[in-house]
Amino acid sequence: MKEQLEAVRQAALAALANAETGEQLEELRIRFTGKKGELTGLLSRMGKLSPQERPIIGQLANEIRGAIETELKTRKAALEQRELAHRLRRETVDVTLPGKHRQIGRQHPLNIVLDEIKDAFISMGFSIAQGPEVEYDYYNFEALNIPKDHPARDTQDTFYFSPEMLLRSQTSPVQIRVMEQTRPPIRILAPGRVFRIDEVDATHSPIFHQIEGLVVDRGITMAHLKGALELISKKLFGPETQTRIRPDYFPFTEPSAEISITCYKCGGKGCRLCKNEGWIEIGGAGMVNPKVLELCGIDPDIYSGFAFGMGLERLVLGRYGIDDIRLLYENNTKFLEMF
Amino acid sequence: MNVSYEWLNEYTEINVPDRDFVHRMNMTGTEIKGFRRLDAGISNVVVGKILSTARHPNADRLTVCAVDVGEAEPIQIVTAAKNIGAGDLVPVAKHGAHLPGGVKITKGKLRGEESCGMFCSVEELNLTKDDYPDAVEDGILILKEGTVGEDVLTTLKLHDTVFEADIVTNRPDCLCMIGIAREAAATFRSEFHLPVPQVRGEGPAAGESLSVRIQAPDLCPRYSARVITDVKIAPSPLWMVHRLRAAGIRSINNIVDITNYVMLEYGQPMHAFDSACLEGSRITVRRAEPNETIRTLDGQTRSLTDDMLVIADEHKPVALAGIMGGENSEIKPETKTVVFESANFFGPSVRRTSKAIGLRTESSARYEKNLDPQLTETALDRACQLVELLGAGKVSSDRIDENHSNQSVRTLPLEAEWIAHYIDAEIDAAGMKELLERIGFTVDLANETVTIPSFRADVENKYDISEEVARFYGYDNIPSRFFSADVNSGGLTEEQKFEKKLGVALRAAGLSESITYSFGSPKDFDRILLPENSAFRQGLVISNPIGEDTSLMRTTSLPSMLQVLAANYNNRSEQAHLYELATVYRKNKDETKLPDEPKIVTIGCYGGETDFYDLKGRVEEVLECLNIGGAEFRPLTDNPSYHPGRTAQLLLHGQPAGVVGQLHPTAAENYGIGTDVFCAELLFEQLFAATGTGRSYRPLPKYPAVTRDLALVCDEEVLSGEMEQIIRTAAGPLLERLTVFDVYRGKQLEEGKKSIAYSLTLRDPEKTLQDADADRTIQAVLEALNQKGITLRS
Repeated sequence: MKEQLEAVRQAALAALANAETGEQLEELRIRFTGKKGELTGLLSRMGKLSPQERPIIGQLANEIRGAIETELKTRKAALEQRELAHRLRRETVDVTLPGKHRQIGRQHPLNIVLDEIKDAFISMGFSIAQGPEVEYDYYNFEALNIPKDHPARDTQDTFYFSPEMLLRSQTSPVQIRVMEQTRPPIRILAPGRVFRIDEVDATHSPIFHQIEGLVVDRGITMAHLKGALELISKKLFGPETQTRIRPDYFPFTEPSAEISITCYKCGGKGCRLCKNEGWIEIGGAGMVNPKVLELCGIDPDIYSGFAFGMGLERLVLGRYGIDDIRLLYENNTKFLEMF
Repeated sequence: MNVSYEWLNEYTEINVPDRDFVHRMNMTGTEIKGFRRLDAGISNVVVGKILSTARHPNADRLTVCAVDVGEAEPIQIVTAAKNIGAGDLVPVAKHGAHLPGGVKITKGKLRGEESCGMFCSVEELNLTKDDYPDAVEDGILILKEGTVGEDVLTTLKLHDTVFEADIVTNRPDCLCMIGIAREAAATFRSEFHLPVPQVRGEGPAAGESLSVRIQAPDLCPRYSARVITDVKIAPSPLWMVHRLRAAGIRSINNIVDITNYVMLEYGQPMHAFDSACLEGSRITVRRAEPNETIRTLDGQTRSLTDDMLVIADEHKPVALAGIMGGENSEIKPETKTVVFESANFFGPSVRRTSKAIGLRTESSARYEKNLDPQLTETALDRACQLVELLGAGKVSSDRIDENHSNQSVRTLPLEAEWIAHYIDAEIDAAGMKELLERIGFTVDLANETVTIPSFRADVENKYDISEEVARFYGYDNIPSRFFSADVNSGGLTEEQKFEKKLGVALRAAGLSESITYSFGSPKDFDRILLPENSAFRQGLVISNPIGEDTSLMRTTSLPSMLQVLAANYNNRSEQAHLYELATVYRKNKDETKLPDEPKIVTIGCYGGETDFYDLKGRVEEVLECLNIGGAEFRPLTDNPSYHPGRTAQLLLHGQPAGVVGQLHPTAAENYGIGTDVFCAELLFEQLFAATGTGRSYRPLPKYPAVTRDLALVCDEEVLSGEMEQIIRTAAGPLLERLTVFDVYRGKQLEEGKKSIAYSLTLRDPEKTLQDADADRTIQAVLEALNQKGITLRS
């Protein structure tokens, strides 16, 4: 009996070692340790043994069963491991093939930059103000200290519907509308579309966008104007950006200034973009003319303020190195996909 | 305004490099846009005298010249020029000379004869025939004056820089050399010498031959005149020609040049009449009479209206005041007596007239900015001084001066402390006095007043004075400070936030943003098939448009989008999916009121997988993204721009909110787009009004759902939307989700029928839904459908 048991052990272990699949393992389990298996069959004949032999053989039989079961487990784990490795190999893909795309909508570059500018000003406590594009002559000119026949009107060739109604040639009328309706402190940014008679070419467009800012409060001075312009330039063009103002003339500000920043392309060293000047003009500014404040019912002896205006297109063209303003209004999908 | 460095130095002493000049003038408010060195690229060119000429022994067309260039021996030059002869003074580019365009002159042999240099033409010296009207075309420049051997650039006053100054509109006092010199002297803190013209006046009194009457003192506050007799019309001296040339003005003759020279020097336009052409002895400054005309110096006949000011003799206008003289009194070579006019005109009137007749001149450009009435006298004297200097005639012993101008001097308090605070400058009253007096103001420290010079009418109050102080104190020296902001201010309004989210939603739906012009063309309405009586055709019309295509304000945003799609289509873009938040302009009933400017979310697509349902899906995604519920799509068959069978009206809570559909194929054809185009026009205002206030949490379902699919058969005309409505009503609250998964038409169905398959998800939030309950619900649904003739597909 002992020899027979040992023979089963030998046979089982040898068969297990050669098993290659889960199914073969299962067959072997049934063949050796199943209810009708070889080991079980031998043990059913235990009753014929002497009482002395019985515990010895019983112990041996259990030992063999344990050994077969352990081997079964080990073998099963090894086979599973091999199978997994095989599957992973099978499932390998070429990761250099292109990804699957869903179409993404793009934001227009004018609004990408405008949103950044709005965010920068909002973080400084500004609100966004809007006004009509078809405007009264009064708001576009007269209330801004530009009466009829003022030579400054020549610098802004304006579209008219009637002598009193026009397409705004600047965003400054929004200042007037805000000052008429709000009391200081005022802190607004008024971005918008403006219109001037200009033939379309690479650098001109009869429609473009301005960004107007206005701050009115007690005790506002020219130093506040400079401070705000410097802060905003750094926010928009990077912390190294320097700002310079120099005298200029606008009927609705006094003193008035032209704003330049160090070239955002070359950092002020001089390049093609800044025509070797190192500086790029970005807009106009000044202290709000007291006549304008008075017209809006704000007492210039109590309040003062500053205003500034910038052209959005110029900033966008400069930032992205776009060499033709017309591209901004053609909306070629290949162009829009670049941003 | 072109400013010659050389001329400028007649009134002050400034000797800084050109770039420094530009920078510092810019920083005090005189914008210099650019500059040009007149001697750029030219060297080693001298004045030579041709001693003799001889035919070249080997070439008929060449001449061999012996030329004295101020060296020990004459040099030999071979030339092909025809306009030279012995005795001529000519510019000689010697061996090693440089000429513009990188040309280098070296000695060499021409057909065997040595040539040690080259004679120069006008063009080779960077000049034009406009500068030297007598110069021969393609010939050598023959010099009228010059010292043999001298650098020709010195002779021709070409060692000079011309700065291009851009003068702001409130500073007409700077539209002249003296004005710029005053600013420059203050900028560089150098002396400023204001010349005082002296006139001998050896001719008869002006009153003997002339009288002046101003009939319109409102338009002509002052008219000064002097008479010049024994006039000898001649060319001007070179120094004057050179200075006019630097300013960009062509020399004509001594009298005309003098008027131009004085205008450039003082900023006061002048006019010279030939007295012999004046009928009668009286000059009248009056408004033009109805139907009056004048032929101006440029040969054009101008029709005048009664708001235009003219200078007239007893019978006819002889000049258009402040703009241009009449041809009838032009200075001619034989002119013997001249009247010099130096007048002051009301700026807005000159501006209006100049605009009305479409003629803008150096003169009108100055007058329209309102000149200083004090200037007429000084400028007139200067012109007469030049007449005497040039020996051009005898100046009348006196001047006629009709003066109605306001001569009062403006004195303002000097609010030094206020100014120092306003511009945040560390400067006191004495410091301000020092700065202001450099530019012609007078400061009385004891009385704390500032007297404004007559040429600075733009300075009216303390704010204006603060700018003058700031300019010369230096904008660079003003510190930077940040204003204090209160915490509660700023940010976007609800509508602005919505607009921002809308953009994000549209882009998430795969649409790219476009931005187009607000203009429209009358042809647009035809292209999008609007009927003749469509209200959209009533757009705001621009009185002065650039062209017909941009002659009105768009009333609909569809054409702008279609133009963009067409451009992309023509560019061979396979597909385009775009949106624009476009403003349109709708005329107000009361046309004196501003138009409405609603915003339209305009979507345009073609190519790719695009069809009606693709577009509708994108619109639904946008609505979902913006938390806009209550949307309903109804067939829209009568929008002329759209396909009658593939277009829906969008309703939000029952309110019309836009159109979604396929563009009418004829409209697509009108734009040259050879494929189906899908568009939507959604009203921004309605979208914003319909947006939900917020989203709220509902507990996640605890009990399982039951799904039942129903394939229904109905008449072709029945809309899915109607069936859904019936299903929802009949199913009641247990219906969680209703989706369409198939639409079938074909052989297995009767003619005129279609089948739509729905999937219903039923769930009871309180307990596990039993099949029996689900069956009851489905039964109710089928009964309701049956009543409308809709049956289950067998």
